[in-house]
Amino acid sequence: MIAAIRRSRAIQVFGLMLPGSFWLIVFFLIPLLMMGVISFMSRDKLGFPAQPWTLDNYRSIVRDIRFAPSISFDDGLQLRMFEGLYLELFWRSVWLSLTSTIITLLIAFPVALFMARLPMHRRNTALILLMIPFWTNFLVRTYALQFMLRGNGPINILLRSIGLEALDLLFTPGAVMLGLVYGNLPFMILPLYTSLEKFDWTMLEAAADLGANLLRSFVRVMLPLVAPGLVAGAILTFVPSIGSYITVELMGGGRTNMIGYSIAQQFSASANWPFGSALSLVMMIIVTIAAVFYFRSGRGERAELV
Amino acid sequence: MASNSPVILLGERDEIQPRPRGKTNTSPGKFGLMLFTLMTFAFLYVPIIVLIAFSFNSARSGAMWQGFTLNWYERMFSNTRIIESAGTSLIVALLSTIGAVVIGTLTAVAMERFQFRGRALWDGLLYMPVIIPEIVAGISLLLFFAFVQIERGLFTLVVSHIAFSMPFVYLTVRARLADFDRSIEEAAQDLGANEWRTFTRITLPLLMPGVVSGALLAFTLSLDDFMISFFVNGKGWQTLPVYIWGQIRKGVTPEINAISTLMLVFSIALVVLSQLLQRREKKRE
Repeated sequence: MIAAIRRSRAIQVFGLMLPGSFWLIVFFLIPLLMMGVISFMSRDKLGFPAQPWTLDNYRSIVRDIRFAPSISFDDGLQLRMFEGLYLELFWRSVWLSLTSTIITLLIAFPVALFMARLPMHRRNTALILLMIPFWTNFLVRTYALQFMLRGNGPINILLRSIGLEALDLLFTPGAVMLGLVYGNLPFMILPLYTSLEKFDWTMLEAAADLGANLLRSFVRVMLPLVAPGLVAGAILTFVPSIGSYITVELMGGGRTNMIGYSIAQQFSASANWPFGSALSLVMMIIVTIAAVFYFRSGRGERAELV
Repeated sequence: MASNSPVILLGERDEIQPRPRGKTNTSPGKFGLMLFTLMTFAFLYVPIIVLIAFSFNSARSGAMWQGFTLNWYERMFSNTRIIESAGTSLIVALLSTIGAVVIGTLTAVAMERFQFRGRALWDGLLYMPVIIPEIVAGISLLLFFAFVQIERGLFTLVVSHIAFSMPFVYLTVRARLADFDRSIEEAAQDLGANEWRTFTRITLPLLMPGVVSGALLAFTLSLDDFMISFFVNGKGWQTLPVYIWGQIRKGVTPEINAISTLMLVFSIALVVLSQLLQRREKKRE
């Protein structure tokens, strides 16, 4: 009897899990695995994968790395110990993504804080106002920002009409950064707001009664409790940033190259599928490191992402 | 997803707890916060509003205002390629939503209600599509379809969209399953309902708000997606964002502003719809 129940349960689980696991395996894991395999192949004349097996794709990523300590002030202060084409690409991608994530966080936190402290009916209005950019097509929003900043766009026309000189606002690392912040801001505000909304404000009063100053009660009481939303927002900003394609093309004009953009190029114009696969795998490693950080710090609160 | 993975709650917000009224309502700090918030919202909205305004500008190029026109909207509606790709977007969104909702809900029930070997592994794996950059997901699907020699088109678009939106439905439905009262199900079974009947008569109706939020999420994710569709679309089956991308790369035309405005109006309608659903749900509870 018990064995029969067990068997029927097993059949139930199998039936329920079958479509989901099929989809995940066939349309997610196998393609990724295939990409991993291709990254160890050579390219044929057209750039498609071919025999023999090789480590060359990975070699050419690390090949020209050499020890060359330097300081530069191009995109802000940068200290470098090593030099290399792809090393710089990865470094620039991580640096731009990280900086834009931090800027986004610094803007989003006060906004989320203000929203969470609003009276109920105003809070709902503010939430709808946030939802609209949140759900608006990312491509459309980035295009709108680019339209604003164009050489003959509204901002420059305004500048000229008041007698100032037009500015080159696009196609710089700064423009890419602005695009990333603009694009990701709603994805940062919302999870922060959901965390802050649940925050019990009497705790701050309790901390104050116990003698903590404002900074201390913020760091020791508030921050740990809103950490899940903070980390969720940071992941939702960092991962798309490092793989960003639209922003790099529209705001940077392809001139400020980032890793995601460079990968996409390997699959179109300068086709080299095996090399593109190798680059993708390296990027996945970076993202996985970020994800591990997320799972470590957000354990048990993972539904926060959705 | 993560085009930027636009990920988030349409309906599953937590109940808002009453909190004590602060006495610092008019402090300079609060005023500063308000000003900062207003500026941030202005930053988010100004480009969108300017874009809408210029979709009514009669100038062929540039952003000099030369008078009001509906010309670009007329052109848009008479452009068969726009209508076709809008149609493709809707068909793909509809089909992939149905697929994602069915698969995501079944998976959520299995994961939340049963203990089985490998459950922890699946728990992690189901998170992967949420975290992997969209560009990697899109390219790996391109490689896969090329290898198994499936021609790219409607089929590849729909199965790919199911693959990236299903985990979001799963997470939404599972969250709903996790916090509902199982004693009602037990009561139904005590009253003689078998497992199937309990599921269809009790569990599913209670689960419905989660399923509906999940469906709206999947639908919007599918409509919004550019990166994955960019790699898996095929001749004759191009989604609207992919079409817009091609046009933007050719240079700005007021027509793009008009399409963008229409897409914007559509997302506003979806936001309002989800808010209405959510409010109705709250009233019922």
